Amino acid sequence: MGRLGLRFVALGYLVVILVGPLLMMVWRTTEDLDGAWAAITAPDTVSAFKLTLLVTVIAVAVNTVFGIVCALVIVRGNIPGRGFLNAFIDLPLALSPVIVGFSLVVLYGASGWLSWFTDHGFEIVYATPSIALATIFVTLPFVAREVVPTLREIGTEQEQAAQTLGATGWQTFWRITLPSIRWAVVYGVVLTAARAIGEFGAVAIVSGNIVGKTQTATLRVEDAYQFSYGNYAPAYGISFVLAATAILVLVTMILLQPKGAKH
Amino acid sequence: MGFVTTFLLVIVVLPIAAVVWRSTGEGWSGFWEVVSSPQAVAAFKLTLITSTLAVLTTAVFGTIIAWVLVRDSFAGKSVVNAIIDLPFALPTIVAGLVIMALYGPRTPLEFTVGSFHFDANLTFTRGAIYVALLFVTLPFVVRAVQPVLIEFDRELEDAARSLGAGPFATFRRVVLPVILPGILSGVAMAFARAVGEIGAIVLIAGNLPFKTEVASIHLFYRIEQDPAGSAAIAVVLLLISFTALMGIGAVRWYVTRHDHG
Amino acid sequence: MSISIRHVTKRFDDFLALDDVSVEVGSGSLTALLGPSGSGKSTLLRIVAGLETADAGSVSIDGVDVTGRPPQKRGVGFVFQHYAAFKHMTVHDNVAFGLRIRKRPKAEIEERVSRLLQLVQLDRFAKRFPSQLSGGQRQRMGLARALAIDPSVLLLDEPFGALDARVRAELREWLRRLHEETHTTTVIVTHDQDEAMEVADEVAVMSQGRIEQVGTPREVYERPENEFVMTFVGQAHRIGDAFVRPHDLEVTLEPNGATREVMVERIVHFGFSVRIDLVDAEGERLSVETTRDDAELLELETGQIIYVEAARQTMFT
Repeated sequence: MGRLGLRFVALGYLVVILVGPLLMMVWRTTEDLDGAWAAITAPDTVSAFKLTLLVTVIAVAVNTVFGIVCALVIVRGNIPGRGFLNAFIDLPLALSPVIVGFSLVVLYGASGWLSWFTDHGFEIVYATPSIALATIFVTLPFVAREVVPTLREIGTEQEQAAQTLGATGWQTFWRITLPSIRWAVVYGVVLTAARAIGEFGAVAIVSGNIVGKTQTATLRVEDAYQFSYGNYAPAYGISFVLAATAILVLVTMILLQPKGAKH
Repeated sequence: MGFVTTFLLVIVVLPIAAVVWRSTGEGWSGFWEVVSSPQAVAAFKLTLITSTLAVLTTAVFGTIIAWVLVRDSFAGKSVVNAIIDLPFALPTIVAGLVIMALYGPRTPLEFTVGSFHFDANLTFTRGAIYVALLFVTLPFVVRAVQPVLIEFDRELEDAARSLGAGPFATFRRVVLPVILPGILSGVAMAFARAVGEIGAIVLIAGNLPFKTEVASIHLFYRIEQDPAGSAAIAVVLLLISFTALMGIGAVRWYVTRHDHG
Repeated sequence: MSISIRHVTKRFDDFLALDDVSVEVGSGSLTALLGPSGSGKSTLLRIVAGLETADAGSVSIDGVDVTGRPPQKRGVGFVFQHYAAFKHMTVHDNVAFGLRIRKRPKAEIEERVSRLLQLVQLDRFAKRFPSQLSGGQRQRMGLARALAIDPSVLLLDEPFGALDARVRAELREWLRRLHEETHTTTVIVTHDQDEAMEVADEVAVMSQGRIEQVGTPREVYERPENEFVMTFVGQAHRIGDAFVRPHDLEVTLEPNGATREVMVERIVHFGFSVRIDLVDAEGERLSVETTRDDAELLELETGQIIYVEAARQTMFT
């Protein structure tokens, strides 16, 4: 196959599978802009956006800390089992989101091991906390996976130099280690955020899908579609916002790449 | 390290362990009864077959796309490179809607020529699942193969050609063996993703039991009615995921075993 | 600030890196730890710095036992072979780092940093980043950074190893001059014998985790205490049981009782000195080093049979 032939096959495939559908969706959205706009600004939708935002911020904050600490343990720690740890954090990537959601219901629900919370009035399942937990679960690996190779590549010499110059462990971490991994961390954060915004399966199970209360943006889309009676404009409209966010994320990812992210 | 293990324990291990425990509630016979029910078996079969087919297709086309992105140059290539990540960044339900736009009930791709009728409407068909999985798994293979191709020493190809090998033979004998680990690692991740996918499928497939209901959706609807039995289904899905994870780990070990030389 | 190393032993798994090593470094001196790779010299330096801990033995700086102290508390300045530059900080901030950690007043930091940058001739590059500097410049920055904290002891781990020959020669000279000005007790690790000879007051020759000899460059060269030191520091040929330096071999055109018959293989002109490569009857090769003028007088040709005699030789019991 000549060069042009391969190019045609590759681009053709992309058009059929990726670009074509995307353009079609944009086209459909513009067919009924009023309907789409009405759906986007409806109070239920706005509260869904807010919930997604809240949960994303929580997941990003928690997993950034976890990711950095975990990466430090994997690369610098001298504890046996860190190879296993490295493989283990990939687990959320391989799990179906349905299992994630289900496992949280089993654990925190009425007869689960940690039902203590629900029995004492702390709403976990069918409320925001479980949505946060589910999102944290599925976005677990991203920051760690980005930081580990960067940390490996940098090596320990800069940190040793800092030690000889008088810096304590904490000072070394803040002034030397953290700045040297910052682009990997940012890249990981971007991936975490994108995944958090996009999560559907786990949250669908765990949240109870209560309109206006525990619906995230993605659940809202599904809801809008199921109850649209043939008028898909609301679903497309909200999707459009989410797709635009995803493209924003993509653009950010591209802009960050020359600064040392490894793709 | 203590922090890390506690965190992982609470967030990951405990919930999964709870599911496994719950699945043993009815004993081995109860477990087997749920898992071997005709609807469940149909769902598992459908999941495995469509995932395998989709992943194999993605392996081929993903490698071609990676090749074109690394070796070829044309106007707009950087844009093409960027949109590869789109399925990765897009919420799955939006991906489902996006596919529906072109391959759903109101698809513009419908025409009749004489007695030949072409309709790209894939709703309620297994083809819908296949296409959805293609969409979702694309970045995994492309992004796994690209770095391996970039690092590939072109001189090896020159050597093969100087020894008389044509382009296809060169690819098959010299390039493919080297990039195969990259392809396999992408395939393993894509498979794990495909098996668990729900968001992109749930709208377009219609979820007809025995026809277009994949395992993850079967589980999804079962949770409402039969929480005890669902655990059994979940465990089987878990096992499939674990196998995929082992596959990823094995490939990664295999790939890096030369790096410690 | 003298350094006292006593009975230091260090193992890495089952590799014995240092075997009961003891050495004294005089205050204000510049000492070289010279040896081939694997001799333990870098390990010893890092133990002095606190970047590694010894399995046995003690390290004292200026009479104070620092064996248990972390590197932060030893007041040593360390210069790394691959610079260990803080890539995300400017040259100025790199040099200021140690002072900022010690929370020195801003005016003092600025004054010291600019003085040091002038000293290493990097004042024009203060706002640049390490990636914008050459290797030699990065190492000068490394030196300035280590000196900024006013260390009692300066330790350099093969500091010029990653640089090309000309830059290495420049920096060597520069280091020596710096030492003459500041008189900070300095220890430099190197495998380059020329470097040790040129720069150091004292040389400690190491091999396989042990110190073979300590002395001035001249002592180590002219009065080696064992075979290793003689063959590692400078060239030496083995003739029977004795060792002879190439420039101690005399060439004559006529045999006498003590000479050995050899054939000229090649004559190499190094400018001022000339090396004559010879091979003897048994196929053993040796070389003679002599001056250009002496070589001219001999009028040698390749293939010629001549005779050599050792004017000086050394034997080890």
